[in-house]
Parts: sequence; C-alpha cells; structure tokens
Amino acid sequence: MAWLDAVLQGALTGGLYALFACGLSLLFGVMKVVNLAHGDLAVVAGYVAVGIITVTHVPVLWSFLIVVPVMGVAGYLLQRSVIQAALARGELTTLIVTFGLSVVIENALLQFFTANSRGLGAGEALVRSSLHLGPRLQVAWLLVVIFAVAVLVLLGLQYFLSRSQYGRLIRAVADDREAAQLAGCDDRHVFGIAAAIAFGTVGLAGIAYGMYSQLSPSTGTDTILLFAFAAVVIGGLGSLWGTLLGGVVLGVAQQIGAQIDISDDVLAGYLVFLAVLVLRPQGLTTRRAGS
Amino acid sequence: MSAAATTIDAAGVRVTRGRRNVAWTGVGALLVVVVLAAFPYLVHSGTTSIMVQGFIVLTLASMWNLLAGYAGLVSVGQQAFVGLGAYGVLIAATHGLSPFAAVPIAAIASGVAALPLWWLVSRLRSGYFAIATWVLAATVMLIIEKFSSIGGGTGMPLTGLSDLGPTLLAADTYWVGLAVTVAALTGTYLLLQGRLGLALTAIRDDETAARSSGVRVGLARLVVFVVAGVGCGAAGAVLAISQLQVQPRAVFSVQWTAEMAFAVIIGGLGTIEGPIVGTVVYMVLQQTLQSYNAWYLIVLGLVAMLVALFARRGLWGLVESRLDVRLFPVGYWLRAPAGGTGAPPIVPDEVG
Repeated sequence: MAWLDAVLQGALTGGLYALFACGLSLLFGVMKVVNLAHGDLAVVAGYVAVGIITVTHVPVLWSFLIVVPVMGVAGYLLQRSVIQAALARGELTTLIVTFGLSVVIENALLQFFTANSRGLGAGEALVRSSLHLGPRLQVAWLLVVIFAVAVLVLLGLQYFLSRSQYGRLIRAVADDREAAQLAGCDDRHVFGIAAAIAFGTVGLAGIAYGMYSQLSPSTGTDTILLFAFAAVVIGGLGSLWGTLLGGVVLGVAQQIGAQIDISDDVLAGYLVFLAVLVLRPQGLTTRRAGS
Repeated sequence: MSAAATTIDAAGVRVTRGRRNVAWTGVGALLVVVVLAAFPYLVHSGTTSIMVQGFIVLTLASMWNLLAGYAGLVSVGQQAFVGLGAYGVLIAATHGLSPFAAVPIAAIASGVAALPLWWLVSRLRSGYFAIATWVLAATVMLIIEKFSSIGGGTGMPLTGLSDLGPTLLAADTYWVGLAVTVAALTGTYLLLQGRLGLALTAIRDDETAARSSGVRVGLARLVVFVVAGVGCGAAGAVLAISQLQVQPRAVFSVQWTAEMAFAVIIGGLGTIEGPIVGTVVYMVLQQTLQSYNAWYLIVLGLVAMLVALFARRGLWGLVESRLDVRLFPVGYWLRAPAGGTGAPPIVPDEVG
C-alpha cells in the first residue's frame, strides 16, 4: 500500500512540475530562449501573492486573478526590453542576461525578505483536507486541484497555439521570423504576448508551489527551475504533453526514492533524469504538440 | 618569439603574433608574480586572505572564460568541480596526506570526474547544456552528501594543518593560491596559443565551417571541459584550505558559477586579460559592499547584465579597442609594411 501511495502521490505532484515546466517550454519553443530566471520569477509571483493576500485579504485561491495578469504584464515588458535586446545579441548574451536576472532576483529576495520561507494559505480547507481513497490511501485535495489546473493550462495552451488566430501567429513567428515580418506581422509584439502567456503560467506555478510547500529565495533555482527542466527533458523537448508525462515520471521517481530513504527524493528524480538523458535523449515522447 | 611567429608575405604585409609589448608583458608578468610572492612578508595576513579569495575567483574565471569564451559552452554547473576539488583535499587529509600536497591530486581527480560528466551533458546545446550542468552539480552534491564518513550533509573540518602556526598557514595558503592561479593563467595562455586555440577560435566564429574544415569540434570541447574541471577543482582545493572546512551546500553553491561568470563577462569574454580585469572589479565590489550582505551579488549581476547588453567585449574590450594593446596575444595581427611611418594595423581585430 505504501508503494501504491508513493506512486499516486508522485503522479499527482507531476502536475505541479508540469505547471513549473510549461512556461520554460513555451519560451524555448517560441523564442529559443532558455530562461534561467524562470524559477526565481515563480518565487517572485508567490511573494507577490503573499503580499496581495496580506493587504487585500482575498482568498488564496482567487489571488491568481491578480497575480497572473501582473506576471503577464511583467513578462511582456521584460520581453520587449531586456530579453529582446539580449536576443538581438545572440544566444550567449540571452543566457548570461537571464542568469544575471536569476542571481539578482534571488539575492534581492534574500536581502529584502530574508531567507525565511513562507507558505500560502496554510489555514485554507483545501490545503489541509485530503481525499480518502482507501483505508490507508489518501491524497491531498490540493494536489488533485493542482493537477487539474496543470491539465487545464496545457489543454488551453494547446488549443490556443493550434486553433486560435493568435496562436497561429505565434507559431508562424516561431517557425520563421523573417517571413512573418515580411507578411506584415510585428514579431516583437508577438514575442511579447508569448512571454506574457509564459509568465502567466509562471505566476500559477508560484502560487501552486507556495500552497503545496514553502517558498524561500533559493526555491526558485533549487527546486522550480531544475525540476521544470528535468520534467521537460524527461518528457521530450518542445512537447507540451510530454512535459506532463515528464513531470509525472519525475514525481513518481522522487516519491519512490523517498520510500527507500526519506532524504533521497530529489536525488532519485535527478538519477531518472540522467538515465533518460543517456538512454533516450529525445525524451519519452517524441510527438510534438503546439509549438 | 616574434621572429618565429611572424611571416612576411609577398605584398610585404606582416602576419604577426608577437609584438615588442609581448616580451615586455612576459617580463612584467614575471615581476608581478615575484612581487605577489613576496606579499606574505610585506602585508598583514588579513590582506593575504582577501587575496586568496581573489586567486580563487581568478582561477575560476579563467576556466569559465575558456568554456564560454572559447568553446561556446555556457556551464552553470562548474560548482560541481569546485566541490569535488574541495572534497578531494578533505578525503586526502582524512587519509593523513598533507592538504597542500593534496591540491594537485584533487585537481586531477576533478578533471577525471569531468569525463563521465561530459559524456552525460555533451549532447545538449546552449541553454539546455547550461541547466543540465546545473542539475548535474546538484546531483553530484546529493551523492556526496550520502557519505557520512566525509561529513554527510553538514560537512566537516579540514584536519592536518593544526601543527602549522597561523602565520605560516596563512602564508602557505597564499602561496598555494598564487601558484594555482599562475598555473591556470599560464596553462590557458599556452593552450590557446597552440593548435587547440586555433580550433577553438574557429569553432567560436563558425562551428559548421570549422567542422567541415576538419576541426574535431567534440574533442576540442571535451578537452576544454576536462581542463576547466582540473582548474575549478584546484580552485576548490584552495578554497577548502583557506576555509579550513568543507560544507557541501557552500562548496557546491551555484554562487561560484555566478561569481566566475560575472567576473568574465565584466572583464571581457574571450580574452585572457578579461578575467583578470573582471576579478579586480569583483574584488573591489565585494570588499566595498561586504557589510551589506547580498548586495555585492546584486550589483555584480546587474553590472554583468549591462555589460553583456551594452559592452559585449567587456571592460578589457573597451581598453583594447581604444589603445590597441593585447598583453597575451593568442590571435594574429595583420600589419601594413613596416616602411610606413608607424602605419596603423590594417585589420585591428584579431584574426583567428
């Protein structure tokens, strides 16, 4: 029963990791930008949520109504200014600028908000209650909700990218920027919108992680960025549904590792990641969806 | 050296590597090293311990420069080798070896460890390579933490140095740090002057063209990754000795990569002088802002971002383009016939 429990918990945690990963995946798919500040931005979103909840007393669950648009606007502005400028100067500059951003954000959080960790909605019924599936088998409602949100976000992204007018525009710019420019499309604005969407999902990831666990300045790189990346690689680069599968595999690996030794969860996840890197570098799924 | 490195073609245009200033650079560098070596006799041990930090950062920076500036490998996981070097010294010391004698062993062990790690990440490119090296460093740390005999998750103090007096210990640490740095810089210079340097410059300028001209791109990158492993391992070994303890979360911190990368970017990527300039800037910032906790990393990160965006060749690039000097030339100059009255170079940029 303990093993079944571990697999179930791990699979559900995979939804959280997929939520971490889809912003990273989207930015890479559309702009070929690997955003090393991805996780730190999610932590910023979580801190913004903490601030909003403290000031306005909105319920935690509804804080995304403010956080997601705020992150979206921030993403658009960051893309149109810093990332765009870095992109124009090449891949190396983009990496250095996003790495710089990551270090600056992490240390600024440390400086202004201390190393203390903070959680979201500790008193909420959703965070505390769990769904009983059997005598010794229960799952936290929160994880079920996060998994559902991740599936909804992935479905939404796929629908948006493959069906909507604007999604087609994003894919056109991603495929051939110059051709899209010649056809009269403002590629920088399109990139800005794509970044806004990616940052919106980063906002959701920050809130979800804040409710699931605790946010601290180092969470952004230690946990969110590296887990997101592992999920992306396990699932297969550029595949949205592969990301969900990758997240699930990572989550299950971590929970099984924790069954062996409680402190081995993260290591077990990384070992599976490395095994996939060696045995199946194209990822578990090679199907490409959306971008 | 200028006679050997200079050829004169039919038109009288000289392709030259050495100029008179190179000989002077050699003499100057030697003088600087001699003066630096005398420091423990001249200054307070507080100053030498700050300089040991500088040596560590300079060694790391010159390795990161080799990776990112020449081999096009943006690694965010070099802390793996810093940690392995530090643990190499620790393990050697627990077996009764002197930590100072263990420095070269730890460095070589880090280089050997770079081989399997390279095999794991070599198929990834650019941004994915960057994060994969980061995951790899985290994995190496988590595995090291499994061994309780070397301190597990909390680390342990470095033994074997207690019979040295504090003055001698500080001086010895300083000399080892200086030796490692001089070896790293000399090694980088010699490496880049040779055949590998030519191959790397070709890869940096156009990988596809280099590949089709018969440059063994993968092999060149592997060599650089291993050399950087040795260098970062040596720096980690010096770190362990200067701290007198090894803590996994400290030696495997991504902060090391942040510091080395920012020093290189600020000083100037792809030049040997750049990391030196960058390390000086880093040390000045760190010493000025040290009472403000994390601020020096915030400022350093912002400066690195600005330099990456607006002065891509770094501070040394600005100096170079204004004054046309290169202290450690690894490229070639194309110069007009010497007959002209101090004719300016035809192509001021280095040509691979």
